[in-house]
Amino acid sequence: MALLEIQGLCKYFDGLKAVSNFSFLLNQGELAGLIGPNGAGKTTVFNLITGLYEPSAGAIRFHGEDLLQLKAYQITQCGIARTFQNIRLFNDLSVLDNVRIAFHGHVTYGMVGATLRSPSFLKRERELTEKARELLKIFNLPNRQDEVAKGLPYGEQRRLEVARALAANPKLLLLDEPAAGMNPSEVRQLMELISWVKAQFNLTILLIEHQMPVVMGCCERVTVMDFGEIIAEGTPKEIQNDPRVIEAYLGKEIV
Amino acid sequence: MKNRPWVLYLFPAFLLYLAIQGLIRYEVINPYWQQVAEYSLIVSISSLGLNIIYGYTGQFSLGHAAFFGIGAYSSALLIKALEIEGPVIFILCLFAGAILAGLVAFLVGLPILRLRSDYLGIATLGFGIMVKVALDNLDRLIPMMGGSRGMSGIPKLTTFTITYLFTILAIVVLRNFIYSSHGRACISIREDEIAAQTMGINTTKYKTIAFVMGCFYAGLAGGLYAHLYVFLHPSNFDFLKSFDPLLIVVLGGLGSMSGTIMAAIGWTFLLEGLRVILPPQILDWRMVIVPVLLIIVMLLRPQGLFGGSEFAFLKSKRVSEG
Amino acid sequence: MAYFLQQLLNGLQLGFVYALIALGYTMVYGIVRLINFAHGDVFMVGVFLAYYGISYFQLPLAVAMIISMGGCALLGITIERIAYRPLRRAPRIAALITAIGVSLFLEYFCSLKFVFGPNYLSFPRPFEVVTWEWAGINFSNIQIIIFLVAIFLLVLLQYIVHYTKMGKAMRAVSYDQDTARLMGINVDSTISFTFGLGSALAAAGGVLYGIAYPQINPFMGIMPGLKAFVAAVLGGIGIIPGAMMGALIMGVAEALTSAFISSTLRDGVAFGILILVLLVKPTGILGRRTGEKI
Repeated sequence: MALLEIQGLCKYFDGLKAVSNFSFLLNQGELAGLIGPNGAGKTTVFNLITGLYEPSAGAIRFHGEDLLQLKAYQITQCGIARTFQNIRLFNDLSVLDNVRIAFHGHVTYGMVGATLRSPSFLKRERELTEKARELLKIFNLPNRQDEVAKGLPYGEQRRLEVARALAANPKLLLLDEPAAGMNPSEVRQLMELISWVKAQFNLTILLIEHQMPVVMGCCERVTVMDFGEIIAEGTPKEIQNDPRVIEAYLGKEIV
Repeated sequence: MKNRPWVLYLFPAFLLYLAIQGLIRYEVINPYWQQVAEYSLIVSISSLGLNIIYGYTGQFSLGHAAFFGIGAYSSALLIKALEIEGPVIFILCLFAGAILAGLVAFLVGLPILRLRSDYLGIATLGFGIMVKVALDNLDRLIPMMGGSRGMSGIPKLTTFTITYLFTILAIVVLRNFIYSSHGRACISIREDEIAAQTMGINTTKYKTIAFVMGCFYAGLAGGLYAHLYVFLHPSNFDFLKSFDPLLIVVLGGLGSMSGTIMAAIGWTFLLEGLRVILPPQILDWRMVIVPVLLIIVMLLRPQGLFGGSEFAFLKSKRVSEG
Repeated sequence: MAYFLQQLLNGLQLGFVYALIALGYTMVYGIVRLINFAHGDVFMVGVFLAYYGISYFQLPLAVAMIISMGGCALLGITIERIAYRPLRRAPRIAALITAIGVSLFLEYFCSLKFVFGPNYLSFPRPFEVVTWEWAGINFSNIQIIIFLVAIFLLVLLQYIVHYTKMGKAMRAVSYDQDTARLMGINVDSTISFTFGLGSALAAAGGVLYGIAYPQINPFMGIMPGLKAFVAAVLGGIGIIPGAMMGALIMGVAEALTSAFISSTLRDGVAFGILILVLLVKPTGILGRRTGEKI
């Protein structure tokens, strides 16, 4: 059984077709890419999977479970985490707190325990904080832990977002343009990090990217969208030479 | 990881209490100023409640005075009806009033909390007005409430000790709540509700928790108020009175407990202090000076006096303590 | 039936006055996202300016109204300049608190003895009140004046907003302040103009209110201001036709509740309607969902 199954997904905004007839299978352990020109509907697909939008039609199953019945926070608790195209950090919170918040779904103490500072609360908080620190170390952010998130340089903010997503303990990680705004050496570091993290945490990853080196270098399989529909699927090499893909990015005349 | 347990910080609080209580006992502080001091603590509790709702969770509520009123009237009714005199039962009745306020908040919150910021403010404002109208007219059902004539004959059961105790309790509970995963969940809603949802936080649940908790605080403060001023009138709880905790919370700095408390005490003493200082001919200017000061502070320091930071003893000592 | 229509008429009369106030709220919110709590008090100043104009200077009603509108326009522009503009880059709540401060200041300053004084004064009616009856309903020339003046001003506003350059600027700044600036629009003066225009309309509303309900005092702006604000939200905050619609609904609801249910429950019912509408349509009747880009 595929980890993520999407069938016939459609999303209309007041008549504007954002996503149409999107069907997709993702197996456990894959690293797949979702690409396409701006406005193709890629982020909309992410928003549909994570429950931020309600589809106009179609079905989404994760581990066999119907995601359309669930609210956004429940979908996350099922094991799907994501980052955002425009970075949505908790800006006025510290770097550490940004990560610690994502552990919330796995917190065992109740409010009374927290208020009374029970031993189980103290223990769990310590564990949680340790785990958060470790994640920050992996993402090369440990010195920044008490700094306010909005003060971080752009590249570190992006890394923090990924660290935070991992704190939610996902099986499936959705990354929305993680390399945006990065220079080539940062991109290379990111690619290594993604591969390492995937192996270390046993993840399945679906990646939206515009930077072709990331897509070609990381992804085993690529799906191409344009105007809300899938226009091509295959290995990076295959879609690189696909005339439909070239046309979508560069326009008809070039072909 | 060595931390001082938070309990240790109760000692200076206790010493402060002894100091003030001593001043009262030896009549250095006269009854009038004692009452002002108690009132300032009551305002602190209520404002801390709004801080939970708005400062920490970002839910803009303009109906806080209504919950203050619900707590005030219901605890007063209970005490008058049962003819209570002793402090222990008094405290139980205070909690009863606060619980009622929390319950109403829960029911009101169910449909309302899904509204976006400014609209939530307006809806809570509207609710506040409806409560005031109810208070004006409920004497038809419950004559003891007095309606627009006001409710009198409430026993003066609030003491400095009880008020101080509740203030400390309010601070400790809030502080421990905020520095936990539940508190962080609330704060994340303020920061970015959508991101919070995708991090697995049930935002509806936490908005409700914050709202109920904050209104509980307001109800508790209301009960203390009723048994301090011993006379209640619906006009004490109209929507304009909801501006006071809002002013205080913003003045102190959103999401800062220290700021809220300092601003609450400062605001109360400023208003009373001017009453005493200004010569009778220009006493009317009191309510002209205060808004001007407010405007000036906002222009000079829009993030509020404490701007989100805290006194050291309220912060989590080590990040690892939580 | 006649009684019902009579109350409907009273409600419309009230509604048109609320509309003139509500427009100021909605235009200011639309352009700077600020709930201008001081607006109701600008309305109050407008009433008093006209009061002094008529009582002390024997001005005819129309002249008094124009002077009052001009004076309040100036007041609104001044308030914006001093209290709101410096906070444009600050968190929104700071400007809101300042607005509350301005509101309190206006109320209490005007209630000082050497200004308007705290007591109720009687707004003069510099004309003969004429009533006549038709199909069991009583009309008066007060209502005619209110309807005519209000409708004239509303049409004038529509003209300004849709057919003048400044109106276009106002709409542009409402959509996107930074882009408007980049397009060469003087955002500061556009915002000032909006405040001035809204305040002038509130002043006109004040004069009409004074004619119909002659007991005036410095705190009179609180409730009508609040109701006009609610009306603006009801219709969709930031949307001009919405403010008009909301105001008429509020006015009629208030009059009908007063007459058929109970006048003490009047305010409660009006706000009850608001909450019901918001629950069904969270952005108000004509409001658009400003979808957040995720």
